[in-house]
Amino acid sequence: MAIELNGKTYETDEEGYLADLSQWDEDIATYMANDDDIELTDAHWEVINFLREYYEEYQIAPAVRVLTKAIGKKLGKDKGNSKYLYQLFPYGPAKQACKFGGLPKPTGCV
Amino acid sequence: MSETKKMLYINRNAPYGTIYALEGLEVVLIGAAFEQDVSMAFIGDGVYQILKGQDTSDSDMKNFSPTYNALGDYEVTKLYVEQESLDERGLTVDDLMPLVYEDEDDDWAEKPSIVVLSRTELAGVMAGQDVLFNF
Amino acid sequence: MLHTVNKSPYRSDSLKLCMAYMQSGDMVLLIEDGVYAAMKGGSSEALVSGSSAKVYALGPDLKARGIGSDKLIDGIEVVGFDGFVNLAAENDKVQSWL
Repeated sequence: MAIELNGKTYETDEEGYLADLSQWDEDIATYMANDDDIELTDAHWEVINFLREYYEEYQIAPAVRVLTKAIGKKLGKDKGNSKYLYQLFPYGPAKQACKFGGLPKPTGCV
Repeated sequence: MSETKKMLYINRNAPYGTIYALEGLEVVLIGAAFEQDVSMAFIGDGVYQILKGQDTSDSDMKNFSPTYNALGDYEVTKLYVEQESLDERGLTVDDLMPLVYEDEDDDWAEKPSIVVLSRTELAGVMAGQDVLFNF
Repeated sequence: MLHTVNKSPYRSDSLKLCMAYMQSGDMVLLIEDGVYAAMKGGSSEALVSGSSAKVYALGPDLKARGIGSDKLIDGIEVVGFDGFVNLAAENDKVQSWL
């Protein structure tokens, strides 16, 4: 499958994740979010950017439990909890934020 | 839910020649979601998985060695390495990646995950497990 | 003849057999997991250092596995993919020990 946006073609897998990580940009993130009826705010970007940094360092997208804990450590306890993260990403913080961030589906996501 | 089981993943294969090492690592990460007591052992050519300085930029393969650094986040904090396997290959613990975990109960202090054990000691660890997996 | 070995010397007898079949003028190229035999200090070192054959190792496979040039057995020559092609071309036959 593919998404056409601003004259650029983004290849995706059957679940809507980008096939090629290097194609990612903020436009496609915003487009994917709008498609899920989400308007990306700074709070969303904070999580997306955190995931992208995590992937860069460890070459995996973390499972939601790991993400929640790591966010709590980095951004504070008020953000490192399921309630806060699910408000931002109702379809699952790890899965949905990874998708917007151009990352593969998290390892350990069942 | 049932009580926590002690699970040991035994890694015996070098990282890139076969798919075992990568598959094993992925199973560990997926399995860690079930909050069991998970540890890993590196014996035989498995010790090559955590050798320092891996760089696949000239090869058409993914370098998954950085992922071993994420094991601590998944609460996999015991990585046993067999001394005899290191010796046979002319390696010491300094040739391995300095893998650590952050201890939540000790103000996130960084602690080493790698524990070098003799074959006899590792056999004891194996005997104390509920489930053993080989990759 | 050029012999290639792609298995770790600690998991397979490929290198041991290959070295036992070595004829005058033959060469060995270590590739994939075979490059672990190029590391010095291990119990398989004598297979390489004790052979009169010229031994090569494929650079990208060494690099992927974290084997730096400081860890190589003396006398081993590192080649790239182009060197692999040249070795295959300059030998009349290639035997792959799988």
